[in-house]
Amino acid sequence: MLRYVARFSRTERTLHWLNASFFLFLLATGLALYLPRFSTLVGRRPLLKDLHFWGGLAWIAALGLVALLGDRRALARTARELETLSHDRFNPGQKINAILTAAFTLLFLVSGVLLWLGERDTRFRFASTVTLHDALLYAALVLLVGHLYLAVIHPATRHSLRGMTRGSVSEEWARRHYPEWEVPPRAENDDLTTTGAGRT
Amino acid sequence: MDEQAPRRYGRGLFLATVAGGLSSLVWGRPVWGHVSSAIGGAEQLIPLVPNGWRIYTVAATMPTFDRTTWRLEVSGLVDQPLTLDYDALRALPRTTEVRDFHCVTGWSVPNVRWTGVRLTDLFERVRPQARAGGVQFTSAEIPYVDSLTLKQASLHDVLLAYEMDGKPLPREHGAPVRLVMPEMYGYKSVKWVSRIELVPQATDGYWEVLGYDRDAWVGRSNGL
Repeated sequence: MLRYVARFSRTERTLHWLNASFFLFLLATGLALYLPRFSTLVGRRPLLKDLHFWGGLAWIAALGLVALLGDRRALARTARELETLSHDRFNPGQKINAILTAAFTLLFLVSGVLLWLGERDTRFRFASTVTLHDALLYAALVLLVGHLYLAVIHPATRHSLRGMTRGSVSEEWARRHYPEWEVPPRAENDDLTTTGAGRT
Repeated sequence: MDEQAPRRYGRGLFLATVAGGLSSLVWGRPVWGHVSSAIGGAEQLIPLVPNGWRIYTVAATMPTFDRTTWRLEVSGLVDQPLTLDYDALRALPRTTEVRDFHCVTGWSVPNVRWTGVRLTDLFERVRPQARAGGVQFTSAEIPYVDSLTLKQASLHDVLLAYEMDGKPLPREHGAPVRLVMPEMYGYKSVKWVSRIELVPQATDGYWEVLGYDRDAWVGRSNGL
């Protein structure tokens, strides 16, 4: 019988899926504002701009709120795990992906707010703001495609998706892929109440 | 290296990425210009990627051009008011010019080929009165409006363009006719022009009411 070990806490999973949902919403509204063919097809630019801008602010607020109300200790532990590029609960590639995603999020926020402000006050207008926002889109898409490939398609790694949907992964898979990870106590089912973070 | 205090690679990578991104507010555009000119051919291969243009609109839907009902009205402080249909507009003397298009938000499209009517050729026909000091352009995209001083509008390179890059002006670029004021940022170049009115003086247009400069010279206005 397969044994499962806790991998991602409820707080981590909530953050991940909130982040994914908002990102896709902002991607869709953003592309409708950005690509000439798409924006011609969709129209309604003033409405889209409002949805995109306020959606972006709601994105950051939602992440902040979950981090505040969720399991802060587990998140702090995860943040510490990301500090080193060792291969423990995460491999170095996953850590770099997470760190870049966080940095891009902040840069998306800053450049987006600057675009919004610049439309209202020339003091906030920089010739390169729109370049930064565009470049972030392309960089984030590269990360997203790689992430989706490894999480959904690639046979050797796609079991990890279970960790993000149900919170746990098979112990055998965890030991094979993360030999250095001190896996948490065994769990017989998915209704785990443990934090899922590796002990450090 | 002290094993008890491993280096904070994570924080370092995060801060370096953020710092690089923020500093790109200074160097981003020139560098991107070089990159995109280097891969200029590649953009054409992927039809979805913008070829430099972004389509900015202010109304819920874009105006639709109907050749049978479309009219351009030239009125106001003129001796000879004029109403042109599409064929009459195209029968006026043609001018072609190749100019760079600059948007105030930071993107540019090089070498756009515009064909249309010089405003000065139009003014010769309607004969502005001595009191006229400004020209107001009203778009079929309500409520977009903008104006130039008569002096600015009389520069030799200001066009009412009905062709772009050798083809009839596409809908998203203001079909059937748009203003082209190449020395100023794009928001002065009103799309879907439906009425041209000679007025005593230039007044604030759509974006100027929201704080943009009325004299939008490229590189010398709007804090750029």
